[in-house]
Amino acid sequence: MPRLRLFLPLAAFILLSLLLFKGLSLDPTSLPSALVGKPLPDFELEELHSSEVLSRQRIVGEPMLVNIWATWCYSCRVEHPFLLELAAQGVRIIGLNYKDDSDKAIGWLEDLGDPYALTLSDTEGMLGLDMGVYGAPETYVVDAEGVVQYRHVGVVDEQVWQSVLSAWFPQPKITSVLQ
Amino acid sequence: MAERIVRVVSAAKNYECLAVRFYDLVVRWLLACSLCAVAIAAQAVIETYEFSDVTLERRYHSLSDELRCPKCQNQTIADSNAPIAKDLRFLLHEQLESGASDDEILSFMVARYGEFVRYRPGLDSNTALLWYGPLLLTLVTLAALAMHLRGRHRATAPAEPTEEEREALRAQMTKLSGERERQA
Repeated sequence: MPRLRLFLPLAAFILLSLLLFKGLSLDPTSLPSALVGKPLPDFELEELHSSEVLSRQRIVGEPMLVNIWATWCYSCRVEHPFLLELAAQGVRIIGLNYKDDSDKAIGWLEDLGDPYALTLSDTEGMLGLDMGVYGAPETYVVDAEGVVQYRHVGVVDEQVWQSVLSAWFPQPKITSVLQ
Repeated sequence: MAERIVRVVSAAKNYECLAVRFYDLVVRWLLACSLCAVAIAAQAVIETYEFSDVTLERRYHSLSDELRCPKCQNQTIADSNAPIAKDLRFLLHEQLESGASDDEILSFMVARYGEFVRYRPGLDSNTALLWYGPLLLTLVTLAALAMHLRGRHRATAPAEPTEEEREALRAQMTKLSGERERQA
């Protein structure tokens, strides 16, 4: 027994090393959204192009991605081509133009292409605040009942789509195989 | 010759005077610069809000010191200059002025940003370890210390003699006293 006790510090060291090693691969910036499992908050916001005032009822009804973007956000430019690709596959993407200048936003979509079925113009960032957005880009999966299923912080790319987001969108994959 | 020396000395004095003046100027300039820097740094983070009541202002400061900025994770919203922190400060001020209680404001923030947004999270299954961990650790340490001390006490304290040892001792003593009597 006393001899076994000699190994206690070593055991403690190994345990601590394992704990710290695990910490290396954790991402402290990935926060679970407080909104997951809850309905998308209500809102009344203008559509970017038509200036028509839209509410929550107008946009829910089928599974969709809600993508928070802005022209001041560099990473949004990075993910933009992939969003165009998804939209071409038939994924419904609602844009939330977050704390942005509307004219600049329209110009950006004209230059780079428009992947959004609709774009809500949240110049004050108030819907963003209700959704718990803290930066751009962020992408929410909202199901047909309007309930938030998942939040992705950062750029959406092929890998994120295949490994996580596509689970909520079964059809587009099939159509792309048929083509 | 003497006249020349006088002239040189006075020139040197002039230079000395100039040097002092120059030094004085530099110090003043540096002071002014550092004051400006402090003023700019202070202005960078804090926007001003007007409060209708002093207690509201006090609550604003204590709440903004307790709410964590979601973007820059190791700063409170009072410390942070991120746009989201500014929004939250704005919202905090609005809610305080509209008469919301501290609990209402905190649950409003938690509903949007999760328990993460509080530096003093509420007690639930996720945070139980956080709240009771220190107490648990203290108890474990005290227990370990008590066990260690008792072990050491047992090792150093003389052991009680067993019945056999007492018997042997008694025999030895009667033998010794018998010998002494015989010698006497």
